[in-house]
Order: sequence, then structure tokens, then C-alpha cells
Amino acid sequence: MDLGSQEKIKRLADEHGPEQLLVVLGAPDAESAEIAAETLVLGDPTYAGALAEVQLGLSVYHVLEDDIRGEIPEDVFEDQVGVMADVLEGEEIAEAVKGVREQAPASDGGPGS
Amino acid sequence: MFEGKQVVALGERDGIAGPAIVKCVESAGGNVAFSSTECFV
Repeated sequence: MDLGSQEKIKRLADEHGPEQLLVVLGAPDAESAEIAAETLVLGDPTYAGALAEVQLGLSVYHVLEDDIRGEIPEDVFEDQVGVMADVLEGEEIAEAVKGVREQAPASDGGPGS
Repeated sequence: MFEGKQVVALGERDGIAGPAIVKCVESAGGNVAFSSTECFV
């Protein structure tokens, strides 16, 4: 994930609290979706950015996941996502992101750092 | 789902771009705090 994005997200988490953030990904495949989700839940696996060793445990979803897609008016989804929903491996991506979400650390202990 | 949340839209150039996610989220009543379109190489 871009280093600038990591910094911005860390700042937002500090400002609003990680539990107030919801991240929606548009990654093209399961691998990149999983890396992005891992960065936002467990910390930057490359140890390069502001989220290195920072377990924000953010709520991360892919835009193709039913939980998100179901919230979006059908015509808007069709206009904005359209054929990409048919081209991308939505189920595989959803499984990858869900798998990382399930590894989120418990968030009832209050902010650590 | 989006109620009371600050939404971060992290699009990707080869997938769904940030602005498209923003429009989807805003049409569902969500508040987007940050968006970007990344290039995963």
C-alpha cells in the first residue's frame, strides 16, 4: 500500500478512533486485496510504512462483497463498477478479505499506542 | 453499514478506482474521509 495512504489512514484512526473507520477496497485480485487488508488489520507486512507493527484492526471490505454491494443503489453500482464485477473474481476476493478480518485483534482494550 | 463511519475508499487502477468507490459509498449515505487509487505492481 502507498506510504502516503498508510500515513493518512493512521492519522484518521488516531483522530476518529479505529472503530469509526470503514475501509472499502477496489483491489483487482485476491492477493492484492489480502495484502491491503492485512496492512489495515494487522500492520504493514513489508514494514515500510506508517502502519508497520501497528495493528489497527480496521473494518475492511471489498466493494464487491455482498455486505457493501447490498448498501449501494443498483443503478449506481452498475454505473461505477459495472463489468468489473463480472470480470473480477469476486468470491475469491471476498474470501481473502474476510479471512484477514477474522484475524483482527480484539478491540475492547482501548487504544494502545 | 456506513452510518456514523468515516469511510476510506482505497481503489486500485487495475480494479475499481477510488472515485468509483466514493460515488458508490456516497450514494449509500456514507461519508468518505479519504480516497485514493493505488497502482499495485
